[in-house]
Amino acid sequence: MKLLYFAWMRERMGRAEEDLALPPGIATVGALADWLRGRDAAGAAAFAQPGVVRAAVNQEFAQPSDPVHDGDEVAFFPPVTGG
Amino acid sequence: MATVRVQAEPFDPGAEVAALLAGRTDVGGLGCFIGTVRGGDTVAMTLEHYPGMTLRALQAIAQQAEAQWELLGCTVIHRHGRLLPGDPIVLVLATSPHRQAALDATAFLIDWLKTRAPFWKQEERADGTAAWVDARASDDAAAARW
Repeated sequence: MKLLYFAWMRERMGRAEEDLALPPGIATVGALADWLRGRDAAGAAAFAQPGVVRAAVNQEFAQPSDPVHDGDEVAFFPPVTGG
Repeated sequence: MATVRVQAEPFDPGAEVAALLAGRTDVGGLGCFIGTVRGGDTVAMTLEHYPGMTLRALQAIAQQAEAQWELLGCTVIHRHGRLLPGDPIVLVLATSPHRQAALDATAFLIDWLKTRAPFWKQEERADGTAAWVDARASDDAAAARW
Protein backbone atom coordinates (compact mmCIF):
# COMPACT_ATOMS: atom_id res chain seq x y z
CA MET A 1 0.00 0.00 0.00
CA LYS A 2 0.99 3.61 -0.43
CA LEU A 3 0.97 5.98 2.54
CA LEU A 4 0.91 9.76 2.14
CA TYR A 5 1.45 12.45 4.78
CA PHE A 6 0.58 16.13 4.58
CA ALA A 7 1.34 19.37 6.46
CA TRP A 8 2.67 18.76 9.99
CA MET A 9 2.07 15.03 9.66
CA ARG A 10 4.58 15.06 6.78
CA GLU A 11 7.06 17.05 8.86
CA ARG A 12 6.73 14.80 11.89
CA MET A 13 6.95 11.60 9.84
CA GLY A 14 10.01 12.99 8.05
CA ARG A 15 8.65 11.93 4.67
CA ALA A 16 5.83 12.75 2.27
CA GLU A 17 5.08 9.16 1.28
CA GLU A 18 6.16 5.57 1.68
CA ASP A 19 5.33 2.11 0.38
CA LEU A 20 4.27 -0.35 3.05
CA ALA A 21 3.16 -3.95 3.01
CA LEU A 22 -0.05 -4.04 5.05
CA PRO A 23 1.12 -5.32 8.46
CA PRO A 24 -0.44 -8.63 9.55
CA GLY A 25 -3.64 -8.21 11.53
CA ILE A 26 -4.20 -4.58 10.47
CA ALA A 27 -7.63 -4.14 8.87
CA THR A 28 -8.77 -0.57 9.62
CA VAL A 29 -7.55 3.02 9.31
CA GLY A 30 -7.44 3.31 13.09
CA ALA A 31 -5.43 0.12 13.51
CA LEU A 32 -2.96 1.29 10.86
CA ALA A 33 -2.56 4.62 12.68
CA ASP A 34 -1.93 2.75 15.95
CA TRP A 35 0.64 0.54 14.22
CA LEU A 36 2.45 3.59 12.77
CA ARG A 37 2.45 5.27 16.20
CA GLY A 38 4.20 2.24 17.68
CA ARG A 39 6.65 1.76 14.81
CA ASP A 40 9.22 4.46 15.63
CA ALA A 41 9.81 7.88 17.20
CA ALA A 42 8.55 9.73 14.12
CA GLY A 43 5.30 7.78 14.17
CA ALA A 44 4.95 8.38 17.90
CA ALA A 45 5.31 12.14 17.34
CA ALA A 46 3.01 12.28 14.30
CA PHE A 47 0.23 10.20 15.86
CA ALA A 48 0.66 11.51 19.43
CA GLN A 49 -2.90 12.91 19.38
CA PRO A 50 -4.86 10.35 17.39
CA GLY A 51 -8.09 12.35 17.67
CA VAL A 52 -6.53 15.21 15.70
CA VAL A 53 -5.31 13.13 12.75
CA ARG A 54 -7.60 12.82 9.73
CA ALA A 55 -7.37 10.19 7.02
CA ALA A 56 -8.39 9.41 3.47
CA VAL A 57 -8.47 6.01 1.76
CA ASN A 58 -8.10 6.07 -2.01
CA GLN A 59 -8.63 9.85 -1.94
CA GLU A 60 -11.94 9.77 -0.03
CA PHE A 61 -12.21 10.95 3.58
CA ALA A 62 -12.22 7.96 5.92
CA GLN A 63 -13.07 7.19 9.54
CA PRO A 64 -10.88 5.15 11.94
CA SER A 65 -13.26 2.20 11.59
CA ASP A 66 -13.07 2.15 7.77
CA PRO A 67 -11.25 -0.83 6.21
CA VAL A 68 -7.82 -0.71 4.59
CA HIS A 69 -6.44 -3.24 2.11
CA ASP A 70 -3.05 -3.87 0.60
CA GLY A 71 -2.90 -1.75 -2.57
CA ASP A 72 -4.87 1.13 -1.04
CA GLU A 73 -3.60 4.70 -1.02
CA VAL A 74 -3.97 5.88 2.57
CA ALA A 75 -3.28 9.51 3.53
CA PHE A 76 -2.91 10.95 7.03
CA PHE A 77 -3.13 14.69 7.66
CA PRO A 78 -4.27 17.37 10.12
CA PRO A 79 -7.77 18.88 9.92
CA VAL A 80 -8.00 20.85 6.67
CA THR A 81 -7.55 24.65 6.66
CA GLY A 82 -8.21 25.78 3.08
CA GLY A 83 -10.46 28.52 1.80
CA MET B 1 -21.70 22.06 -15.15
CA ALA B 2 -19.42 23.33 -12.42
CA THR B 3 -16.01 24.72 -13.29
CA VAL B 4 -13.46 23.56 -10.71
CA ARG B 5 -9.75 24.31 -10.86
CA VAL B 6 -6.74 24.04 -8.55
CA GLN B 7 -3.81 26.15 -9.65
CA ALA B 8 -0.74 28.07 -8.49
CA GLU B 9 -1.45 30.99 -10.82
CA PRO B 10 -3.68 33.96 -9.94
CA PHE B 11 -7.24 33.95 -11.29
CA ASP B 12 -9.19 36.72 -13.00
CA PRO B 13 -12.55 37.18 -11.22
CA GLY B 14 -13.92 39.41 -13.98
CA ALA B 15 -13.15 36.84 -16.67
CA GLU B 16 -14.73 34.07 -14.56
CA VAL B 17 -17.89 36.14 -13.99
CA ALA B 18 -18.09 36.93 -17.71
CA ALA B 19 -17.73 33.22 -18.54
CA LEU B 20 -20.70 32.33 -16.29
CA LEU B 21 -22.91 35.03 -17.80
CA ALA B 22 -21.87 34.76 -21.46
CA GLY B 23 -24.80 34.18 -23.78
CA ARG B 24 -27.30 33.66 -20.95
CA THR B 25 -30.56 35.50 -20.32
CA ASP B 26 -31.85 33.16 -17.57
CA VAL B 27 -29.50 34.31 -14.79
CA GLY B 28 -31.14 36.47 -12.14
CA GLY B 29 -28.19 36.78 -9.80
CA LEU B 30 -24.58 35.85 -9.23
CA GLY B 31 -23.02 35.24 -5.81
CA CYS B 32 -19.29 35.83 -5.40
CA PHE B 33 -16.78 35.09 -2.66
CA ILE B 34 -13.07 35.82 -2.90
CA GLY B 35 -10.83 34.71 -0.03
CA THR B 36 -7.54 36.58 0.32
CA VAL B 37 -4.42 36.32 2.46
CA ARG B 38 -4.85 38.55 5.52
CA GLY B 39 -1.68 40.38 6.50
CA GLY B 40 -0.92 41.75 9.95
CA ASP B 41 1.53 39.34 11.58
CA THR B 42 1.51 37.12 8.48
CA VAL B 43 4.15 37.92 5.87
CA ALA B 44 3.34 34.94 3.62
CA MET B 45 1.01 31.96 3.47
CA THR B 46 1.87 28.66 1.83
CA LEU B 47 -0.98 26.38 0.82
CA GLU B 48 -0.23 22.68 0.59
CA HIS B 49 -2.78 20.29 -0.90
CA TYR B 50 -3.34 16.64 -1.77
CA PRO B 51 -3.10 16.76 -5.56
CA GLY B 52 -4.86 13.49 -6.27
CA MET B 53 -7.79 14.24 -4.01
CA THR B 54 -8.29 18.01 -4.17
CA LEU B 55 -10.08 18.29 -7.49
CA ARG B 56 -12.33 15.35 -6.68
CA ALA B 57 -13.24 16.86 -3.29
CA LEU B 58 -14.03 20.25 -4.83
CA GLN B 59 -16.16 18.61 -7.54
CA ALA B 60 -18.09 16.70 -4.88
CA ILE B 61 -18.77 19.94 -3.00
CA ALA B 62 -19.92 21.66 -6.21
CA GLN B 63 -22.21 18.74 -7.01
CA GLN B 64 -23.73 19.01 -3.55
CA ALA B 65 -24.47 22.71 -4.16
CA GLU B 66 -26.02 21.93 -7.53
CA ALA B 67 -28.23 19.31 -5.91
CA GLN B 68 -29.34 21.63 -3.12
CA TRP B 69 -30.03 24.88 -5.04
CA GLU B 70 -31.34 25.84 -8.46
CA LEU B 71 -28.02 26.82 -9.99
CA LEU B 72 -27.28 27.73 -13.60
CA GLY B 73 -23.54 27.60 -13.09
CA CYS B 74 -20.85 27.61 -10.46
CA THR B 75 -17.10 28.14 -10.39
CA VAL B 76 -14.62 27.15 -7.68
CA ILE B 77 -10.94 28.03 -8.15
CA HIS B 78 -8.47 27.40 -5.32
CA ARG B 79 -4.79 28.32 -5.42
CA HIS B 80 -1.85 26.53 -3.87
CA GLY B 81 1.76 27.50 -3.24
CA ARG B 82 3.26 30.53 -1.52
CA LEU B 83 1.01 33.62 -1.43
CA LEU B 84 1.51 37.10 0.00
CA PRO B 85 -0.86 39.33 2.02
CA GLY B 86 -3.59 40.65 -0.26
CA ASP B 87 -3.21 37.79 -2.74
CA PRO B 88 -6.43 36.01 -3.67
CA ILE B 89 -6.59 32.37 -2.48
CA VAL B 90 -10.02 31.14 -3.53
CA LEU B 91 -12.85 32.21 -5.85
CA VAL B 92 -16.41 30.92 -5.52
CA LEU B 93 -19.14 31.98 -7.95
CA ALA B 94 -22.71 30.72 -8.28
CA THR B 95 -25.44 31.82 -10.69
CA SER B 96 -29.14 31.19 -10.32
CA PRO B 97 -32.45 32.61 -11.55
CA HIS B 98 -32.89 33.97 -8.01
CA ARG B 99 -30.54 35.92 -5.77
CA GLN B 100 -31.17 33.97 -2.57
CA ALA B 101 -30.13 30.69 -4.16
CA ALA B 102 -27.04 32.32 -5.65
CA LEU B 103 -26.01 33.86 -2.32
CA ASP B 104 -26.81 30.79 -0.22
CA ALA B 105 -25.00 28.43 -2.59
CA THR B 106 -21.95 30.70 -2.56
CA ALA B 107 -21.86 30.69 1.25
CA PHE B 108 -22.40 26.92 1.33
CA LEU B 109 -19.57 26.33 -1.14
CA ILE B 110 -16.99 28.30 0.86
CA ASP B 111 -18.17 26.91 4.21
CA TRP B 112 -17.97 23.32 2.99
CA LEU B 113 -14.72 23.89 1.15
CA LYS B 114 -13.09 25.08 4.37
CA THR B 115 -13.90 21.80 6.13
CA ARG B 116 -13.89 19.24 3.26
CA ALA B 117 -11.19 20.18 0.75
CA PRO B 118 -7.68 18.86 1.49
CA PHE B 119 -5.72 22.09 1.81
CA TRP B 120 -3.42 23.13 4.65
CA LYS B 121 -2.13 26.64 5.34
CA GLN B 122 1.27 27.44 6.80
CA GLU B 123 1.88 31.02 7.92
CA GLU B 124 5.23 32.75 7.84
CA ARG B 125 5.37 35.43 10.52
CA ALA B 126 7.28 38.67 10.78
CA ASP B 127 9.63 37.18 13.39
CA GLY B 128 10.79 34.52 10.92
CA THR B 129 8.86 31.61 12.40
CA ALA B 130 6.42 29.45 10.46
CA ALA B 131 3.35 27.72 11.86
CA TRP B 132 0.60 25.51 10.49
CA VAL B 133 -2.78 27.16 10.83
CA ASP B 134 -5.10 25.31 13.22
CA ALA B 135 -8.57 24.32 12.07
CA ARG B 136 -11.24 26.36 13.84
CA ALA B 137 -14.37 25.04 15.49
CA SER B 138 -16.22 28.03 14.05
CA ASP B 139 -15.51 26.67 10.55
CA ASP B 140 -17.10 23.34 11.49
CA ALA B 141 -20.10 25.21 12.89
CA ALA B 142 -20.41 27.27 9.70
CA ALA B 143 -20.37 24.12 7.55
CA ALA B 144 -22.87 22.37 9.81
CA ARG B 145 -25.54 25.07 9.37
CA TRP B 146 -26.22 23.82 5.83
